[in-house]
Amino acid sequence: MREIICSEPFILALVLCSYYVGLRIERATRLSFANPLLIALIIIIPTLCLLDIDYPTFERGSHFINFLLGPSVVALGFTLHRQIDLIKGNVMAILCAIFAGSVVGIVSVIIICRLLGAPQEVITSLQPKSVTTPIALGISANTGGIVSLTAITVVICGILGSVAGPAMLKVLRIRNKIAKGLALGAAAHGIGTSRAMQMGPVEGAFGGMAIGLMGVITAILVPIIMKIIESLGI
Amino acid sequence: MINGVKGVMLILTFLALGEVVSHFIYNFIPGNVIGMVLLFMALQFKVVNPHSVEYISLFLVRNMALFFVPAGVGLMVSYRLLGEHWLSITLATVLSTFLVIATVGHIQQKFGKK
Repeated sequence: MREIICSEPFILALVLCSYYVGLRIERATRLSFANPLLIALIIIIPTLCLLDIDYPTFERGSHFINFLLGPSVVALGFTLHRQIDLIKGNVMAILCAIFAGSVVGIVSVIIICRLLGAPQEVITSLQPKSVTTPIALGISANTGGIVSLTAITVVICGILGSVAGPAMLKVLRIRNKIAKGLALGAAAHGIGTSRAMQMGPVEGAFGGMAIGLMGVITAILVPIIMKIIESLGI
Repeated sequence: MINGVKGVMLILTFLALGEVVSHFIYNFIPGNVIGMVLLFMALQFKVVNPHSVEYISLFLVRNMALFFVPAGVGLMVSYRLLGEHWLSITLATVLSTFLVIATVGHIQQKFGKK
């Protein structure tokens, strides 16, 4: 019995069933906080604890689903191709928006952490939090951050952007589809983009574009901003 | 049937190509993001017919949130890493996320074409 509940079919079924329940709850309630990803986590984590399945076992069993992340990012290239008419004429605005977003993301982390007295390695671990995991880990490692702390804040940031992002957009009165997608992708990488994709194809495509741009721009800006702060002696 | 296989083949091939390019630029940009750009360019320059990747692409992107479930479950073991600085980490994450959404969203909404 133990073998069966730790097996791939059981774990894959658990993941799919939990996510499906999440989708049904979202559809029934239409609340932005009823997020399928969040609901799936709320079901899976206690279930694993209850059945005494440890994380490495779960990771092995759910590896196939995790693998599909890569192909799904590649597939965003197709959704971008479909929005080519919207991309044309928006290139400058998009680049400026993401550049400013990246600066604000990095500087706000530095200011908030300094005010609260967090040590330098926490700051360097948090700077790339809005960036897609592989790029974020690289930035963190190169600047002396704690890579595992970066990995978890990237996921937390993603889930936060996906759960609370739509409400934030509403409060901020951002209604333009391109702007919504870009903002979610820039603040919450792939997880934000998956949420944008649920809003519509335009939002989703620009979320995908934001993942790439935000990642590259942040990777370039983090060392520069750190150098500026160091030379100013603040 | 053959088209279904073709779509999967193309997506995986672009992912693999992306990984190769990523390796040569010292993983500065991850393989999947490069694969996305390569697929976009191949479609733009008509090297790949959009119809051949349409079905699989839409399937993948519409279910993207599902693929993040395993990473999310990882929080059950890694939350301890937040340690004594959990408050600054939480506040910095929440406020900074809000500020990034506000900045990117407002600039695009104001200066972009509809």
